Amino acid sequence: MAQPRKAMPASKIPAPRPQANVMLSRVAHSLYWMSRYIERAENIARLLEVNLQFIIDFRGYDDAHLREHWGSILASSGDVELFEEHYDSADSRSVTEFFAFDLRNSNSILSCVFSARENARMIRDQISVEMWETINELYLFLKSRSTADVWAAGPYEFFQDIKRNSHLFQGLTDSTYSRSEGWEFIQFGKFVERAHKTTRILDVKYHILLPSAGDVGGALDTAQWQAVLRSASALEAYRRFYVREILPWKVAEFLIFSDSFPRSVHFCVAQIDEFLRRILGESSARPRSEAARLSRRLLADLQSLSIDEVLKEGLHEFLVEIGTSLEKISDEVVQTTMFYQAESTQEEQQLQQQQ
Amino acid sequence: MSLLSNPYDPGDFFDEMYAAGGAVRPHYRSLVERLSSLSLPEFERRRAAVDLAFLRRGVTFTVYNDLEGTERIFPFDLIPRIIPAREWSRLEAGLIQRITALNLFLHDLYHEQKILKDKVVPAAQILSAKHFRREFMNFSVPHDIYVHICGTDLIRDRDGTYLVLEDNLRCPSGVSYMIENRSAMRRAFPNLFQSYGVRPVEGYSEMLLKSLLHIAPARDERPSVVLLTPGVYNSAYFEHCFLARQMGIPIVEGRDLLVQDTRVFMRTTAGLLPVDVIYRRIDDDFLDPSVFRSDSMLGVPGLIAAYRAGTVALANSVGTGVADDKVIYAYVPKVIKYYLDQEPIIPNVPTYLASEPEDRKFILENTAKLVVKSANEAGGYGMLIGPASTKEEVAQFRAKVAANPRNFIAQDPIMLSRSPTWCDNGLEGRHIDLRPYVLCGEKTVVTPGGLTRVALRKGSLVVNSSQGGGSKDTWVLDED
Repeated sequence: MAQPRKAMPASKIPAPRPQANVMLSRVAHSLYWMSRYIERAENIARLLEVNLQFIIDFRGYDDAHLREHWGSILASSGDVELFEEHYDSADSRSVTEFFAFDLRNSNSILSCVFSARENARMIRDQISVEMWETINELYLFLKSRSTADVWAAGPYEFFQDIKRNSHLFQGLTDSTYSRSEGWEFIQFGKFVERAHKTTRILDVKYHILLPSAGDVGGALDTAQWQAVLRSASALEAYRRFYVREILPWKVAEFLIFSDSFPRSVHFCVAQIDEFLRRILGESSARPRSEAARLSRRLLADLQSLSIDEVLKEGLHEFLVEIGTSLEKISDEVVQTTMFYQAESTQEEQQLQQQQ
Repeated sequence: MSLLSNPYDPGDFFDEMYAAGGAVRPHYRSLVERLSSLSLPEFERRRAAVDLAFLRRGVTFTVYNDLEGTERIFPFDLIPRIIPAREWSRLEAGLIQRITALNLFLHDLYHEQKILKDKVVPAAQILSAKHFRREFMNFSVPHDIYVHICGTDLIRDRDGTYLVLEDNLRCPSGVSYMIENRSAMRRAFPNLFQSYGVRPVEGYSEMLLKSLLHIAPARDERPSVVLLTPGVYNSAYFEHCFLARQMGIPIVEGRDLLVQDTRVFMRTTAGLLPVDVIYRRIDDDFLDPSVFRSDSMLGVPGLIAAYRAGTVALANSVGTGVADDKVIYAYVPKVIKYYLDQEPIIPNVPTYLASEPEDRKFILENTAKLVVKSANEAGGYGMLIGPASTKEEVAQFRAKVAANPRNFIAQDPIMLSRSPTWCDNGLEGRHIDLRPYVLCGEKTVVTPGGLTRVALRKGSLVVNSSQGGGSKDTWVLDED
């Protein structure tokens, strides 16, 4: 309804409306993706680092085994086709290039950090200066490196830097960002990504074929399971929990069902459920939204299933199913809270002459 | 060896620091003393620290037509440009006089058009102006303020006389660099500020917010102000974020807004929230696809209807571009005289209009000696600096002028003043201009300082960031 034009009487300039509780849908979306991409970059860095190390430790690997090993990592991330499109063979160097720097791979570390930074740039006014500077520095750091540099200097430092920056970012978020709706989106994104990546890390082992059936439980097998744990930063935590040797089903049980280890699927999904309920304002015992229903169901599975039941049904299938549920949950949340149109084109944004 | 061991020759230019004969001007003396005590490596160290800080903080701009590494830092020169108090107060008076007249002019153009009827400005020039919005005839804006934010480009000629080069009345940019430059200088030379008596520029954002709140439609609730950006790919995106953050207002894109029953709302996670004032950094043409360019994805359908209904205020108002058309610029001294009955305190650069037969003849005959500009371009695009161009470029431009005279003006090249600037081998004189920022709200205020842009290439007169320009901190002093 049109109102008659009436401007504020001169010299009584009103105070602006406080904006602390206003959260644009687009901003929420960007916070969510910023957080997911940083977590993703860290997980890829860890996965690469651990496996590069693994291959050095196992000098006995011949070329075929090497290819197979990297092939299983590519398979677990679902990137085999894309990789084969651009590279001749899977070796340590080409896979590092692909996962660390290749912008054609939208899940490479550089792509993830670039996307995290683009999202952060869109909402720079909303996050703390410290958060922005950390992401920006990580990006500048990555841009200044190439596979050749990483190789020359030894990859360890490089992956350390990425992980450290991710941890710094999460710590700074914790200590400089208000506990608001934005915080809930950041946490939601982080745990969705982390749960997802933990299922993928565990699934790597499904794709690695042992040289022969006799090797099951052998030194190589154990080393591989150990690498899985290290890929999820879980080796020490696992050892504290199961003092005995590294047993495949125990590793799976720990990474899926632990209720105290912060990278286990169960732990992450409990967090997802919590933040999702806050975001969607779900307060009653029975969920109202589809997203809350899905996450409650997933959580209930993780709370009640046993590792034997999972192994009987197939670990790989179970992990894939969790991944699908996680994506459904996040899509539902996005659709419920974020409604806006397609983005305008770069050209049109640039067309705006700056005087 | 220090920075100042080899003073350069000011040559045939007005130099900001060196008077004729090489003596240091009084307001630069303390600075010279300080810099003399600074070793070269120490100076280099601070320079590198400042550059790194800009990069880390992401104080960058985006270059058009540059696919690779589109973000760059705006090169920053550590030698400040210093303006003594008396010189500034004259500039301040001149800028306020000019914007006051321009706001009266815009109001008149969109209402009675007395100035056209009195034939002070030819009606044909207005009617043919690209940014004249006849659909807004007889539309009134809050407090009759059309231009709330203005960035006026000033230059100094060979005698040191300040001249207005152009008015930027649509979406002037660069103010964030004014503030970031100051904070960089404070970090690089903390002690210098204490003794120098430099007036602060940090009040800008608060004054801007006040100017925006001043035009809020009267309502019971507190008004909600937003900054409308084209998006993250716009060259000035850093500045949009910077200002929104300083003012504590949301930064929105067109897709964040929608109009229902002629009221503007933003889409939040909690539903729709009303918007009262929009500081828009989008050109008129893109504001509302249902009124202007229908292919625009940047704008908000229905925004203009809400604006017309008075439920939302825009800064700057729609249609201000008619007054910063470079052809209309030539009439501004007359405009000032007409509305205020005063002589302009800061004169214009003498300008030839290609639309006037005599001037056109002169321009076409002397293109190679003149600076020729399109009427509605910005950012250093669409212009020819005759003496610095090839024969082909001159011929091309001459043909453009002949084909569309209304769209071109020409000026005698001004030998812009120079300021000492750090170059690879020490200080050298480089040409500069000055963009002060004027805000019109309850009062009209000029932030003491502005953005001094410097043409870093030797001999170049083009200061635009897109074309090899850098910037300096601008110090307005408490005293002379």
